[in-house]
Amino acid sequence: MIAFVVRRLLQSILVMLAVGFIAFSLFTYVGDPINNMVGQDTTLEQRQELRERLGLDDPFFVQYGSFLVKAVQGDFGISYRHRRPVSQLIAERMPATLELSLVAAFLALFIGVPMGVYTGLHRRGFLSQVFLTVSLIGVSLPTFLIGILLILIFGVMSQDINQAIGFSLLPQLPTFGRGDVTQVGWWSTGFLTKSGLLALILPSITLALLQMTLIMRLVRSEMLEVLRTDYIKFARARGLSNRAVNFGHALKNTLVPVITITGLQLGSIIAFALITEQVFQWPGMGLLFIQAINEVDIPVMASYLMMIGFFFVVINLIVDLLYYVVDPRLRADKAVAAGHQ
Amino acid sequence: MTVGEEKQIVVRPGLAERMVDVTRRFFDSDLWYSFTRSPVIIVSAFVTLLFVGSAVFAPLVAPNDPFDLASIDLLDSFIPPIWQDGGDSRFLLGTDDQGRGIFSTIIYGSRISLGVGFASVLFAMVLGISLGLISGYFGGAVDAVIMRAADVQLTFPAILIALLIDGLARAVLPRDFHSEVWFYVLVLAIGLSFWVQYARTVRGSAMVERNKEYVQAARVIGIPPVLIMLRHVLPNVMGPVLVIATINLAIAVITEATLSFLGVGVPLTSPSLGTLIRVGNDFLFSGEWWITIFPGLALAVLVLAVNLLGDWLRDALNPKLR
Amino acid sequence: MSDASSSPRSSNQALLQVDNLRIEIPNRRGTLVAVDDISFHINEGEVLGVVGESGAGKSLTGAAVIGLLEPPCHIAGGQIQLDGRRIEALPYEQMRRIRGREIGMVFQDPLTSLNPLYTIGRQLTETILTHTDMNENGARKRAIELLEEVGIPAAAQRIDQYPHQFSGGMRQRVVIALALCINPRLIIADEPTTALDVSIQAQIITLLKRLCREHGAAVMLVTHDMGVIAETADRVAVMYAGRIVEVGPVADVVLRAQHPYTSGLMGSIPLVGHDVENLTQIDGAMPRLNAIPRGCAFNPRCPRAFDRCRQERPDLQPVGGATEAACWLFDQQDDRLSRGSGTHG
Repeated sequence: MIAFVVRRLLQSILVMLAVGFIAFSLFTYVGDPINNMVGQDTTLEQRQELRERLGLDDPFFVQYGSFLVKAVQGDFGISYRHRRPVSQLIAERMPATLELSLVAAFLALFIGVPMGVYTGLHRRGFLSQVFLTVSLIGVSLPTFLIGILLILIFGVMSQDINQAIGFSLLPQLPTFGRGDVTQVGWWSTGFLTKSGLLALILPSITLALLQMTLIMRLVRSEMLEVLRTDYIKFARARGLSNRAVNFGHALKNTLVPVITITGLQLGSIIAFALITEQVFQWPGMGLLFIQAINEVDIPVMASYLMMIGFFFVVINLIVDLLYYVVDPRLRADKAVAAGHQ
Repeated sequence: MTVGEEKQIVVRPGLAERMVDVTRRFFDSDLWYSFTRSPVIIVSAFVTLLFVGSAVFAPLVAPNDPFDLASIDLLDSFIPPIWQDGGDSRFLLGTDDQGRGIFSTIIYGSRISLGVGFASVLFAMVLGISLGLISGYFGGAVDAVIMRAADVQLTFPAILIALLIDGLARAVLPRDFHSEVWFYVLVLAIGLSFWVQYARTVRGSAMVERNKEYVQAARVIGIPPVLIMLRHVLPNVMGPVLVIATINLAIAVITEATLSFLGVGVPLTSPSLGTLIRVGNDFLFSGEWWITIFPGLALAVLVLAVNLLGDWLRDALNPKLR
Repeated sequence: MSDASSSPRSSNQALLQVDNLRIEIPNRRGTLVAVDDISFHINEGEVLGVVGESGAGKSLTGAAVIGLLEPPCHIAGGQIQLDGRRIEALPYEQMRRIRGREIGMVFQDPLTSLNPLYTIGRQLTETILTHTDMNENGARKRAIELLEEVGIPAAAQRIDQYPHQFSGGMRQRVVIALALCINPRLIIADEPTTALDVSIQAQIITLLKRLCREHGAAVMLVTHDMGVIAETADRVAVMYAGRIVEVGPVADVVLRAQHPYTSGLMGSIPLVGHDVENLTQIDGAMPRLNAIPRGCAFNPRCPRAFDRCRQERPDLQPVGGATEAACWLFDQQDDRLSRGSGTHG
């Protein structure tokens, strides 16, 4: 167990070092950081002095090292555009992204998994076909298009539609920003106000939809795969109840691959959040990143990359540990069949 | 002792015979059979062909040329679709803010979307197959490095990688130059995020073939074994590669549209479907919904058709699911 | 047991009576008949070997008896009676109670028959608890006894291990324990040794035979291995292309095969003390289900086929002793019959 965790931790650190390297290369080789920091009228001497002060003339690995040390301390430099420490910018924006992602992840999991189990068990059922068709449409509609459609329906046309049909079927929902937020320490939350919660509805549905359909299809295909295995047939041949076979034996075996891929999906929710943030002008990290790309704001790009890399590594680590808990074959057992044939 | 052990004489036909055989088998196959039996798939294939056809022959199909400044009149701007009040018979689906016909911009837009899509899938395919073959053939350290890179890359979503590469290109390349080579930047950005699946598929097959005698024999008589393997590995992985490519095409089109929507993809001067949606989005609240909804619909229908084809291909080629 | 074979058709005595069973597989190009109108019975405590090439329909027959045909395969006709009670069309829930309790099953591959995520103890107790009103402790005690009975050393410790911690042979022992844990009256063993190492096959077969005798269970032993049949079975049914071509006491069928297919089959077994070069071989291969020839399905490969074999399909008929065979060679005149049995073997 400990060896397993240590090995996974080491791997995670390696991945972070690689991501850090890319981020650092961005910093160092893309554009001249000095040009981005000083005005037009700075003299060459002043620039050289700044170079030395920032350590830009140091050997490569020294620079990389000090970059990493600073990054670990949360120092990602100064945004070229906002002229403020990137860590501050990210700290301001992160709660918005994480709250949105969290709500979307819950939606995706708690609707996607049951739908997948259902469609896997009732392959040819009518409802399964409906779910599958809807899910294919869900996969085919790009996230931003779903957002636009929701805005059109609930933001722009809801009044007209309600008037046309004579009663208020569609609520008017906020389509822009986070609503009112409450400050809890450095964390700004939208969970505590009505407008904050209302503002979450459309963006979180938009963000959840694609992941939900992916999770549903994944669970379904894994379920079908497992239901074909010999041990399920054998479980049936022993007369176990349907419930025991489907949920005791089949679902648990489905969980192993589902955990992995669902974990990755949840990771990608944070990445996909940037599209949703753009559509709904949600003031999160993603929006910051898009602006940074458009304005070639390297420190922001680099640190966003590091942040996302960090989230992914943490999620992967959790996934690996869960995997370990679920699948006994992974629990390294030195006495495997020892002394038997 | 056992009943019915069959002896098989293994004949290894040449490539030409194989191709003939493959073609013959295709029309005799369950694949073709299930195609002719499924109306949804026939419609999807038709829709896909329609998009590809009108994209290729855009200048002939489109009623007006949205890029010909001489024929565009700002007075024509914001005309609604013809079935609404104020519609104009020249513009089936209405016009945008600059007076360009939506129907025509969609045709030209899908030309760019599909162009980027096909090119990036092709790029990913060539890159992935090559790396997979190298990885599977050489094994050892080469294999470890390539597959580790694949692992790391797989943990990041394609859209993020594409966004990053595109952002990098923007940062590195001078602005003027970037506006000339945006197509290649996009193909590179989207293609680079897809190669892993091909590489894994081909690698598996290559590892099996590597140890077969004919590969050893080829080495003895001085033919580069990699070439020989390419010949034998490719037919084995055709099915999976085709499925991956089809599904990738749908994802590539979506990715391009998303990048363009985020404003980092195709430049405004030659709008793809995603760009059109982005531009139209600004007019959503002022009531000119058609500027964004029709390109959006076109994009959704195209991707849905390709996805349906990919799904069907995967199921039809995977006998376990039948 | 030998007296059982003398009255093969007394249905009120047989444990399992299958009549005119027909299994169809609808596919896109029509319907395949995988098992075509077969009848057989198994007596209490008897071992019936079902032998044939892969695709002959023997595994499907086994699955049909326990009610686990996988769609789109289905029973299209005939009946299956267990102790005089028809079971071929029982509702799922009633059939479920028969499975495990009255009919047990042993699958081919012990490596994949056990759920990798549960300890073997849990899989045993779960089965016991499903069919009996024992409590958790009693079930566990019973499980340990069973494991000891199938020859698992240190059963009390190993019961809490996972399947991957057992070797292939040990896992098949666990599978047998699972199939026998409620003392079913009939065990369907579908190629129980095929996936095992040759050195363990004999052990497992011996174990299976001994346990079934001790538990008083009859066995339907599906295999393509004539050697296993010869050692284990009381009677044997030979299947070819979805039909039974010969059925009878194992000694008669092995030593005095009547049907040309069976004799070809026997000719391909190397016997100790015989010249290996005299091994015969049946030319050609069994037809696919969508290309079964007219008349007798075996006629294209049969060295003794004549016109009638290409036109009409023969049914099982007595050919001397308790043996029945489906072959026109044994039709009508007595002189042909005796000639037929004299020239073979």
